[in-house]
Amino acid sequence: MVKINGAEVDMAGKTIAEYLESADYDTRRVAVERNGDIVPKAEYSQTVLSENDTLEVVSFVGGG
Amino acid sequence: MIPSQEEWNNALKQRHGEVLFQKFSTASVAVCGLGGLGSHIAVALARAGVGRLILIDFDRVDVSNLHRQQYKASQTGRYKTEALTENLKEIAPYLQVHAVTERICEENLVSLLSGADVVCEAFDDAEAKAMLVNGVMGYMPGVYLVAASGMAGMGTPNTIHTRKITGRFYLCGDETSEVSENISLVAPRVMLCAAHQAHTTLRILAGEYEV
Repeated sequence: MVKINGAEVDMAGKTIAEYLESADYDTRRVAVERNGDIVPKAEYSQTVLSENDTLEVVSFVGGG
Repeated sequence: MIPSQEEWNNALKQRHGEVLFQKFSTASVAVCGLGGLGSHIAVALARAGVGRLILIDFDRVDVSNLHRQQYKASQTGRYKTEALTENLKEIAPYLQVHAVTERICEENLVSLLSGADVVCEAFDDAEAKAMLVNGVMGYMPGVYLVAASGMAGMGTPNTIHTRKITGRFYLCGDETSEVSENISLVAPRVMLCAAHQAHTTLRILAGEYEV
């Protein structure tokens, strides 16, 4: 299981890009933190989630 | 009468103490976007005695900004960088301001933000927010980032919060309230979020890293 935004999700073995697509995120609006580090966008499709990873997806909304 | 620099500094030392005065007055903070968030962040940091502000915005003051941003009606049509510099200097005459009237993007962000100890993300556009966060975190090791997401509308003020995402990335706002046709930005709620960002910035400068 992978902990994503606080919830246990069955996503081990999938890439970050696959997760973001499955959860309907707009990748132009997100920053993704994995185990304490921000993952560069160019690495979303190569970064495979492992068992016990912690992922935090910050999806920005407009206004400021 | 405008106080002398010595009087100004002495007043700050009296309020903050010598240690915080030194930390704030030697710091450099970048404010990216000078709208409802950025203009209030800049005013708060200038008042607190932050030594140098890098102010970045490509836009001009519009009549539609006046309900929530730190500009005067007489400044409509002027570049926000120029108008805000003027307003900040009236508040804090010895503040150093580096104003950049340019659109910040992935290619120029490192050079525009160089020298900043803390970067405040204060854009309006969600994609620009993500671009800046990914850029600063990816290309500027050692620089702290205080971003904002979700402060629109008439919702309760109590949902505006600050969260630490990683060791040097903080996020302020309610994280959900987006601007839309029916939901606008209202000055006090935007100011609350800006206050979270400004105070988090001061805490980082003071060496207080937990939220």
